[in-house]
Amino acid sequence: MSASRRPNQLFRNLTAKIAAIPMILTASVVFVGGTAWTAIYSFTDSGLLPRGEFVGLKQYDRLWASNKWLISIENLFIYGVCTLVLSLVIGFVLAALLDQRIRFENTFRTIFLYPFALSFIVTGLVWQWLLNPQFGIQHVVRSMGWESFTFDPLYNPEIVIYGILIAGVWQGTGLVMCLMLAGLRGIDEDIWKAARIDGIPMWKTYLFIVIPMMRPVFITALVIIATGIVRVYDLVVAQTGGGPGIASEVPAKYVYDAMFLSQNLGQGFAASTMMLLAVIIVIVPWAYLEYGGKKRHV
Amino acid sequence: MSSTGAINIAGVSADASAEDLVGPRGARPRRALSRRNIMLYGTLFVIAVYYILPLYVMIVTSLKGMPEIRLGNIFAPPVEITFEPWVKAWSSACTGLNCEGLSRGFWNSVRITIPSIVLSIAIASVNGYALANWRFKGANLFFTILIVGAFIPYQVMLYPLVIILREMGLYGSLTGLVLVHAVFGMPILTLLFRNYFTSVPEELFKAARVDGAGFWGIYFKIMLPMSLPIFVVAMIIQVTGIWNDFLFGVVYTRPEYYPMTVQLNNIVNSVQGVKEYNVNMAATIITGLVPLIVYFASGKLFVRGIAAGAVKG
Repeated sequence: MSASRRPNQLFRNLTAKIAAIPMILTASVVFVGGTAWTAIYSFTDSGLLPRGEFVGLKQYDRLWASNKWLISIENLFIYGVCTLVLSLVIGFVLAALLDQRIRFENTFRTIFLYPFALSFIVTGLVWQWLLNPQFGIQHVVRSMGWESFTFDPLYNPEIVIYGILIAGVWQGTGLVMCLMLAGLRGIDEDIWKAARIDGIPMWKTYLFIVIPMMRPVFITALVIIATGIVRVYDLVVAQTGGGPGIASEVPAKYVYDAMFLSQNLGQGFAASTMMLLAVIIVIVPWAYLEYGGKKRHV
Repeated sequence: MSSTGAINIAGVSADASAEDLVGPRGARPRRALSRRNIMLYGTLFVIAVYYILPLYVMIVTSLKGMPEIRLGNIFAPPVEITFEPWVKAWSSACTGLNCEGLSRGFWNSVRITIPSIVLSIAIASVNGYALANWRFKGANLFFTILIVGAFIPYQVMLYPLVIILREMGLYGSLTGLVLVHAVFGMPILTLLFRNYFTSVPEELFKAARVDGAGFWGIYFKIMLPMSLPIFVVAMIIQVTGIWNDFLFGVVYTRPEYYPMTVQLNNIVNSVQGVKEYNVNMAATIITGLVPLIVYFASGKLFVRGIAAGAVKG
């Protein structure tokens, strides 16, 4: 691409290299350097300030012995599995419904997608209000005559994570729907015609022909949802603050609390390294399937 | 792949006649009131109600007085409409000892969002242009790291950035937060611009080179004017992303610079005093208003931004 061959490789395309300095710094210093730094310091006994005193796996031992961390992991697991399943299913069904050449498609799409424009803080606070047992849905149903009706997920440690799940799914399915709709629109018309001529019912066409064809879209959606799940933080802070007690803690909040509230940096580093590990477990197989063997990236 | 699909929807549904030319899709003769249509629209309607309900309750609650909230039903429309909660949320709601309302957070968010958008888009567009048209050795390596980095949980990089900002003397300031937003906006925006500039015909670029234009000349005179839509898409991604951010705001700024989301959370979840639900809901709407306006005003471009986000990686 560059104009001519000049003797010195370093000065070839110099302006472009200078223009790319922010990227080079971000990639090498923040992304690679920062990640490596955190991983290394997770083996130290850093407290209020990072220190270079290596203590081996002690932070990890303490982490996995901590009740708060175990609850965080359990919550993340429940929240994660449910969010994945629900948003893929609901997202796909919504997209399929919108793909029926309906009237007001744009209106419906606008309605389903608008929560995605709102922050997790706003989402969390609205659902905190709706799920408020004194005034919210529970109160309304009770005042309609069903006196024993109980629906107070945010005040019940057993099910609090499902209360957060409702809000998270409300916020996020619009995005999945959009991805799925794009995938459905990419399916060849002739597939539908062929299925129709063969007399295959529509639900079967979706289930056995269209969905397998949309594998790449599903995988993209899966990766996006999964990375979002690991990061979930604001929603919990706004909706429950981790409560009641520590019943709705999540790993991202554990990291923040350890680093900035309880001055226990080492724990924060160890916990965030575990989060990184979780993401790697999701990403690497996907990257391998997507790009392995084939030409690299895009 | 999915990105081109999404862009196509935007194009197709924008132009109904083009859609007709494509021909019918599958087995769907239209009868106005068939059982299938009733089911279809019924289902969509019920789901739409579920999605709208929170917004409706938010608005209705914010327009009621506290006595009415205590007595009534959250879904009922207000008997007596009052704008007092909005005024209070904006100018005198309390977080702890501080009673300035949301207005300070709003202006902080404005002062964070605007420079962050300008900086991140400037960096990412030039960068995407360099990657697309002036490939140099090692460029792909850094670009791959950048894209992979988009998947790393922020928590891993939180503290190293605290140290970097502290060394630069920017920790706690608005400038520091703007830099952080520029850094974390880079992967997705660079990808967006790189993909767009790659699709610009190469002849154009070559012709400009022959005419003697250099790196910046081509960028400002050819690429920039040609790619205004993609700049708008980038702006939409950034406005909603930065305005809605909570984590970076709370980590990298001092309380007097807290963005709106952080302040909103502090107002609503403050444990002191009597809970004023109407004020809380008014504050929540006010905070959500900016991204909502961007969303409703931008329409299809917002969807395109999402599609761009979808191909990251």
